[in-house]
Amino acid sequence: MNGFFDLPSDLGQSWLGLVGLHLREALLPVLAGLLVSLPVAQLCVRFRWIYPPVLGIATVLYAIPSLAFFVVLIDYFGQSETTVMIPLALYSLVVLVPAIVDGVRSVPPETLAAAQAMGFGAVRRYFQVQLPLAVPAIIAGLRVATVSSISLVSVGMLIGNQGALGNMLYAAQTYGRPALAVNAVLTIGVLGMLADAALVLLRFLLTPWMPRKGAGR
Amino acid sequence: MIRIDAVTKRYPDGTVAVDRLSLEIPDRAITVLVGPSGCGKTTTLRMINRMVEPTEGSILLDGQDIRQQPVNTLRRSMGYVIQNAGLFPHRTILDNIATVPRLLGRSRRQARDRAAELMERVGLDTALAKRYPYQLSGGQQQRVGVARALAADPPVLLMDEPFSAVDPVVRKQLQDELLRIQEELGKTIVFVTHDIDEAIKLGTRVAVLRTGGRLAQYAPPAELLSAPADAFVEDFLGADRGIRRLSFFPSADLELQTAPLVRADADAGTLAARATAVPYLLVTDPDGRPLGWSEPGRLTAGAVDREQLLDYGRPFVPGTDSLRAALDGAVLSPTGWAVAVDGEGRAVGVVSQQVIGEAIRAAHGRVAERAGEAAGR
Amino acid sequence: MNVLDFARAFFGDGAHWHGYDGIPTRFAEHIGYCLEALAIAAAIGLPVGLLTGHTGRGGNALAFLATAGRALPSFGLLVLMFIWIGLGLLPVMIPLVVLAVPPILVTTYEAVRSVDPSPVDAARGMGMPETRVLFQVEVPVALPLILSGLRTAAVQIVSTATIAAYVSLGGLGRYIIDGLYQKDYEKVVGGATLVAGLALVTLAVFWAVSRLAVSPGVRRGGRG
Repeated sequence: MNGFFDLPSDLGQSWLGLVGLHLREALLPVLAGLLVSLPVAQLCVRFRWIYPPVLGIATVLYAIPSLAFFVVLIDYFGQSETTVMIPLALYSLVVLVPAIVDGVRSVPPETLAAAQAMGFGAVRRYFQVQLPLAVPAIIAGLRVATVSSISLVSVGMLIGNQGALGNMLYAAQTYGRPALAVNAVLTIGVLGMLADAALVLLRFLLTPWMPRKGAGR
Repeated sequence: MIRIDAVTKRYPDGTVAVDRLSLEIPDRAITVLVGPSGCGKTTTLRMINRMVEPTEGSILLDGQDIRQQPVNTLRRSMGYVIQNAGLFPHRTILDNIATVPRLLGRSRRQARDRAAELMERVGLDTALAKRYPYQLSGGQQQRVGVARALAADPPVLLMDEPFSAVDPVVRKQLQDELLRIQEELGKTIVFVTHDIDEAIKLGTRVAVLRTGGRLAQYAPPAELLSAPADAFVEDFLGADRGIRRLSFFPSADLELQTAPLVRADADAGTLAARATAVPYLLVTDPDGRPLGWSEPGRLTAGAVDREQLLDYGRPFVPGTDSLRAALDGAVLSPTGWAVAVDGEGRAVGVVSQQVIGEAIRAAHGRVAERAGEAAGR
Repeated sequence: MNVLDFARAFFGDGAHWHGYDGIPTRFAEHIGYCLEALAIAAAIGLPVGLLTGHTGRGGNALAFLATAGRALPSFGLLVLMFIWIGLGLLPVMIPLVVLAVPPILVTTYEAVRSVDPSPVDAARGMGMPETRVLFQVEVPVALPLILSGLRTAAVQIVSTATIAAYVSLGGLGRYIIDGLYQKDYEKVVGGATLVAGLALVTLAVFWAVSRLAVSPGVRRGGRG
């Protein structure tokens, strides 16, 4: 009894179960954020005047504490996973839009001119030139969004134990078992780092054209 | 004098950048290190101010090993100019130039006064003093770089491909400016370039390095052109070294003919008298400036039609210009005669390709004679 | 009632403007926590970032530490520290500092690394000692980026410092936590608005600082 990975029964989940729940609660919003941010970013690239106000709104949204978001959303979605995931999706969106805009904008104009000269249409140019070249910037944004999302899910514990691994923090306090809190912090930390490493690997796979560190001079 | 004594630079990965290089760099002259990329020319330069430390060998400055003084004292005694100038983007032009005087403990005022003085010396408008580097053109930035290197009046100037990044027109201006400044200040300049033409134009002596950091030849530019040490140097000099070499032969001794010169307002008698001398006449305006060539028969006294005259090519100034300019003028002229003018552009005579050819042969003969004397000694 | 009505009701209530639970008091407490956390994080992140950036060594170790720091959940750390240390400011400062060090550290490192090498080479070639190369060439040129790292850290601290209220401390998080337990949404929305406002003020302060501190020769074209 009371091993490091044994959890009190009222959490209703095994440690592995919580890990799965945590990943779902953290990653689904990032995915949603990515899907929404691509068209939004493309709009910002197309119509330059949209970008400054979008950036302003993004900054304000990012500054609103997650807990405040959760509490306001309880009214609409109850104490549910949805209530936790909506703000996380918003944070992801807010991190990803500027990352993608900067990434797409940083594609050298001569590359775009070359693509145009070869007869690429706007759509083809976007999917075959701009987007692939913006991959490093997009992944950099995804890394920040994913790690912070994984970390923030734990706050969901405050709204009726919707914090997955974060719920162990509550149990740690009620049962006086600090080991549970240590377990939660470490597990969430390791999950974040693994997700980060996975994204770095993904970038490696997606961008074989990028010079590798150490190659060349 | 800077003496590079059997210096080798080997990097930890085994690459040899400079291989047992020995050079004597004379005072108050421009010594150019030239060669293809990877020949160790920049490494050699950077070893002189200890930005790179040699693996073997030593470098002596006025007989003293450069390692005997503190590294920053050494560097402050040598001006350093690099490609793209390397100006401090956050400092004004004036403060950029004042850097080394400030490092040496001069007061801000003294340093700025000195900086303003140097701006004029390198041909910069002092109105630019309060500007930041990004507001200047590439050529202007490079002038600031030179001014900054000269600010503490160091006896030695190290220049690492300083003019490589500017366009050819500006590069020529900067080269001329450097030669002018050198005439005034007489610094010991070590100049690195990959451009053999730049090396020949600027160098008092030129050291050609080959890939792997070995010295291929070290000689004055004229000698380099006339007697390249081996196939590598010859190849590096390019195809027309014979022509380029003429730049080092003076045109002062060319025998000029004045008979073909005739003024546009000359009377019929003069015209007739001149017509027998040469197949063509050079018509000048009343001040003596050349207008163009004409066959004598086509000229009518008092009614010279300037439209009918043939182009006279590019004139040369005897004594100032070289045989190369004279030959160039002759080749460009449709008559095969080069036009010689004085400083004010007035025609002083004409000279044929044949005469220039003889002068070239004579000049070659003199060089061979001198080389023979040197060898016999 | 929508969010705007909540906000109007919160700020319209005179009782929220006085006393120990009044807006001025909570605001001052919040700013106090933030400044302290930012100062500690900067005291750790800036020197290490400058040194590693200048020497160009330790970049990988730094990236690992920064990722680890970012991955640790602030809220979880707070609870853990609270269990271990008990009441006080320290359990709050630790997660805030862990949160703020990575952006300061990484951005400072990257900022110094990305300084154009030719002015630095020129500075060394002219005989500048290494400390001067760092503080008179690299730092002034890297300043816009260094400030942006500090700005990111500051905004995150402002938002995250609300968790202090969970361990019975003050600050603007008080309204959010109390509102949650009292089911008083006015308070939650009011508190969140104040936090977002403070974040905007933070951005404005950094904008002003960069106007004053960054040389016009470096500022042009750059953002922020």
